[in-house]
Amino acid sequence: MISRFFHQLGSPRYFYRFSGSLLPWLAVPCAVLMLAGLYQGLVVAPTDYQQGDSYRIIYIHVPSAWMSLFIYMVMAGAGAIALIWHMKLAEVIAISSAHIGASFTFLALITGSIWGKPMWGTWWVWDARLTSELILLFLYLGVIALYNAIDDKRTAARATAILSIVGVVNIPIIHYSVEWWNTLHQGPTVTKFDAPSIDMSMLIPLLLMAAAFKLYYVVVVLMRARCELLERERNTQWVNELAASK
Amino acid sequence: MNEFFHMGGYAFYVWTSYAIALVVLVLNVLVPLRNRRRLLATIARRARRARRT
Amino acid sequence: MNSASSSAAFVLLLRRDLILAFRRRSEMLNPLLFFVLVTALFPLGIGANPVLLKAIAQGVIWVAALLASLLSLDAVFRSDFDDGSLEQYLLSSHPVSVLVLAKVLAHWLITGLPLLIIAPLLGVLLDLPWDSIKILMLTLALGTPVLSLIGSIGVALTVGLRRGGMILSLLVLPLYIPVLIFAANAVETAAAGLPITAHLSMLVGLLVLALSLSPLATAAALRVSLS
Repeated sequence: MISRFFHQLGSPRYFYRFSGSLLPWLAVPCAVLMLAGLYQGLVVAPTDYQQGDSYRIIYIHVPSAWMSLFIYMVMAGAGAIALIWHMKLAEVIAISSAHIGASFTFLALITGSIWGKPMWGTWWVWDARLTSELILLFLYLGVIALYNAIDDKRTAARATAILSIVGVVNIPIIHYSVEWWNTLHQGPTVTKFDAPSIDMSMLIPLLLMAAAFKLYYVVVVLMRARCELLERERNTQWVNELAASK
Repeated sequence: MNEFFHMGGYAFYVWTSYAIALVVLVLNVLVPLRNRRRLLATIARRARRARRT
Repeated sequence: MNSASSSAAFVLLLRRDLILAFRRRSEMLNPLLFFVLVTALFPLGIGANPVLLKAIAQGVIWVAALLASLLSLDAVFRSDFDDGSLEQYLLSSHPVSVLVLAKVLAHWLITGLPLLIIAPLLGVLLDLPWDSIKILMLTLALGTPVLSLIGSIGVALTVGLRRGGMILSLLVLPLYIPVLIFAANAVETAAAGLPITAHLSMLVGLLVLALSLSPLATAAALRVSLS
């Protein structure tokens, strides 16, 4: 029964209807979690002894960074599925993920930079994590650029699938080499992104926001995927019927 | 309440970050919504034109 | 097909590319000249302070090597794509990764090896001591093949595109970063008198990884680009 479900899911038309009905069921918990996380993070969590209230930026920064990595994995995974099984749905999920992943990477970078100003006095530090995020942003932009450069969308999907798989293999290597590079010229300042141990009252909002962001990603990737699918299938009957009924 | 907005003196940094996050999150929802609407309208228009000829 | 004929195909392709390249010897000079020119730009841009130049020499030379490698990559598949030979490689009964390896080796011999040979000159320009130059050449020997191998994946992905050269840099440079970090730092660490076994191990590791995996990725990318 489960395999039949996945088989059906491969059909664009079925997926479109299925995701459409699923969306509200995901959007509401997402909003609830987001509000809960924001309330816990901005109001309930106590002020930090060292960093004052500026540490609250981590409730955006850290979940964004986690999502930026997670989404790249999903993108590469979907790409692999698309390459091996020629599944249209996988192709569409992969490219939809690229834009969202790039957004989260950008958000992680900007919030990291803004957090750095009161902490280190500069708008940018070549911290290992921030530098890795910057490189990750370029990896995402490369995928998006390659996809846009190829006219045939199926070829574009397969090319970017290869690129994301190559990227995913390289990400641990890049991460390790940047971290190592960072320790070489590390001054006496310990990176404040690494809290030695985090108090539960500060951890809960982080986990709430992380969960909220995950759900948010599912919601938004489905929305984008539906658009991408409509675009690709615009000459089929079911799409034309759908458009006429609007 | 004022304490909340003041954020211990870091108001600018904290609220700018959250504001940017809000913009990014909202845009990522609005863009697909708008695209879908536009796409369906374009498809319907083309179909109508095709039927007419 | 038995492996004997595939290795014969490898040698054949390698020889062909080398012969073709030597027929246009002046074109082989271009990446070299670029390499020297870019390196020379730094003293012009930052001032001729020898202490400063010595401190940044290995980084500058390595970045110049990355850029020179990038510029010359387009030639790996371009002419074969234009005259249809690339499709023939895909249609042949030989494993495409073997053929790819031949082309990449040819590319390295034509562009990477000359960079290696001219590096001492650049070291002198930037006031690098002879011991550092030796380490620099070692890192270039280990690193430039990796650049050719990884770069070939990018070229294979963009060979069919009209302005592929622009995207190629965006795709390939992030992947070059680990090589840059370990290679440049090896020179700096050696200059401080510290052991560089870790750096060299990483470079060798990257080379082995690139040798084993990148031809597969390049072959897959070629199939996609020519579909």
